[in-house]
Amino acid sequence: MTKISIDPITRIEGHLKVDLEIEDGVIRSAWSSGALYRGLEKILAGRHPLDAQKITQRICGVCPLAHSTAASLCLDDALGIAEDIPPNGKLLRNLIYGANFLHNHVLHFYHLALPDYVDPEVLAGHSTAPLGQLLSPGPTGEDRRFTEKENRHLVENYVQALTVRRKAQELVALLGGKMPHDMAVVPGGVTFRPGLGELEGFRFRLEEIKQFLEQEYIPDVHLWLERYRDHLQLGRTEDCLALGVFPQRNGRLLPQGAVLQGDYVDPSWEDIREMVDASWYTGEAVNPDWGKEDAYSWVKSPRLGGRACEVGPAARVRVALRAADGELRGSLEEGLRDARIEDEDLCSVAGRHLSRALESRVIAEKLGDWLSEVDPEGPVACSVSIPEEAAGVGLTDAPRGALVHRIEIQRGKIAQYDVISPTTWNASPRDGAGIPGPIEAALTGTSVEGNGHTEAGRIVRSFDPCLACAVQ
Amino acid sequence: MSGSSAQPVLWLQAAGCTGCSISLMNAEYPDIKNLILDELVPGKALSLKFHATLMGRTGRAALEVLDAAPAEHEGRYVLVVEGAIPTAGKGYGMIGDQPMAERAGSLARNATAVLALGSCAAYGGVPAGAPNPTGCKGVADFLAGEGVEVPVVNVPGCPPHPRWFVDSVAHLLLGKVNRPGMVDDVGRVAPVYPGLIHENCPRRADFDVGRFAQSFGDEGCLYELGCKGPYADALCWDHRWNGGVNWCIQAGHPCVACCEPEFLDQVSPLYRKLLAQSPEESRREI
Repeated sequence: MTKISIDPITRIEGHLKVDLEIEDGVIRSAWSSGALYRGLEKILAGRHPLDAQKITQRICGVCPLAHSTAASLCLDDALGIAEDIPPNGKLLRNLIYGANFLHNHVLHFYHLALPDYVDPEVLAGHSTAPLGQLLSPGPTGEDRRFTEKENRHLVENYVQALTVRRKAQELVALLGGKMPHDMAVVPGGVTFRPGLGELEGFRFRLEEIKQFLEQEYIPDVHLWLERYRDHLQLGRTEDCLALGVFPQRNGRLLPQGAVLQGDYVDPSWEDIREMVDASWYTGEAVNPDWGKEDAYSWVKSPRLGGRACEVGPAARVRVALRAADGELRGSLEEGLRDARIEDEDLCSVAGRHLSRALESRVIAEKLGDWLSEVDPEGPVACSVSIPEEAAGVGLTDAPRGALVHRIEIQRGKIAQYDVISPTTWNASPRDGAGIPGPIEAALTGTSVEGNGHTEAGRIVRSFDPCLACAVQ
Repeated sequence: MSGSSAQPVLWLQAAGCTGCSISLMNAEYPDIKNLILDELVPGKALSLKFHATLMGRTGRAALEVLDAAPAEHEGRYVLVVEGAIPTAGKGYGMIGDQPMAERAGSLARNATAVLALGSCAAYGGVPAGAPNPTGCKGVADFLAGEGVEVPVVNVPGCPPHPRWFVDSVAHLLLGKVNRPGMVDDVGRVAPVYPGLIHENCPRRADFDVGRFAQSFGDEGCLYELGCKGPYADALCWDHRWNGGVNWCIQAGHPCVACCEPEFLDQVSPLYRKLLAQSPEESRREI
């Protein structure tokens, strides 16, 4: 039995360590540990409720829109204005948020995940050699299966994707003000009233990004899947949860739901409990206590009715296959058929990468529809006023999965603010019943060559962890 | 790149959100590829040795790069710090089982200069907001307390515009930051943060005639909605953001002075209007 520590896990957002127990070439047990605590929930207490929207997005610079959106939904609820938001406000929120998903998924596949598979040695001797040095895996770069030609193609697309993700950020900024940390999304709608010029600018940039998705990203995911088809069996989890995202007239584009032990259920967020048995907190769950006995992470352990659920794109696609409208379901089913994947294989390393690609296509398509519905003459926000006492909840999916914001307002100020982020689910430590978090479960049982860094890195990164979100 | 010299760069992420890295990846002319591959100023290219979000290595293999750097590039590397330094206890921020504060201190000690990127690294920023649960400090403040003597250049903003990073680094590489008056009283390269947003705001004409937005989405000056433009030194109005497509005030949102040392506590509530009638008064007010 050898015990190894992978610290830091690079090419994710934030500070994560994974400890592994390996015996006879198999990971017998795994512990994931979030290493940074800032105390944002404590910082929020006592402040003006509207400030929550701007402060919570500073939880994370990769997915700030997730928090600005969830905080706005949460405040819409607390202020009782959810029904007063003008159609433009809802459409523009979706447009801004959807663009952030495209940015996230392109960044994740090419810049965070792909260096685990390509061999940057192909760049040696070329003008791009310094990039090859930066991307070099060092001594643990095992199991590279692409041909030299494929390697070269993928590294070229790594570089092209740098520009594509930048353009996706431009899409967000065009309607949202700037990125990271958007400005326009606020309780009551958005602050920006775009003209036709901005809307057309959005459309043409979107077309460029769509071309990349169709001609490069999705084919590259398929190429990767061809070489690494065994990754359908790698890093699997059992249960998954989605809270749904992109409100439309007839419900959310990607619906809320859960698949627990193979059965579809319609969950209530009230069944979500956060536990801190293995987390560095005591008493009221927000009091930090580093060094607490038997604890090993700043991440808490959210559970749905006691179950540790994977959240993220694979969960969304799995739920959508059960609960989405016919058209969307058809398009996702076709995507799975093209890739020769069954829906029960989605919560795997390969399924997660494929789900991001399929979802990107769906969202990019929808962005065009929503854009056509914006009325440049119409209002974009309703008025807001802060009640003395109120409570609210904002539920959405973020690029990385289910996200909950909760607020309690007393005497016109924030009395309590709680955030349960996607990676809080995925990177959670063991709960009071000893049930491991999804990343820990996905690692356990994996056969490894060498010191396990390659396999563990691939599994962990397939979840697209964001530790700044997981621990606020 | 014959005749060019490579400036080693170590990029340390502390108590932050990776937003500064993402912002830098949004740079255009030079873009992130240029920054990695090409000379940034004639004869000098950056050579990024450690950046946890981008690098291929992981775990021990990644840490080795960081651990070896002080000896390998002693006195020649630039340390970029993104995020504030937690100082209230050891466990609030760890990298490779070592507190961030220790790593930042030992890496800064052997650096030629430190670039404190973003408002958290520059002044503490959001994680230093009251009650500052983890004792977060800006890098210059932290290093002074540790007795580490090294030039620190602040590039504030939440996040900073990529041009502010590029311009500040160019000043550093060309040795211009050593000139008298080049670094201002809050540690920034003075020409990079030359003046108040309010004095150059496209909505200034609205302010002058008293045409004020009363709620989100309205036309007019955003002063009544709490705009801190009369207080914030930044070139957002000129550079604008993300390829110049938009910026906060253009998007109808009041400036939150995210680049100022007083961000977050003294500029919040973010939507409370400044009472002062002039930039000088608003400085006193905040």
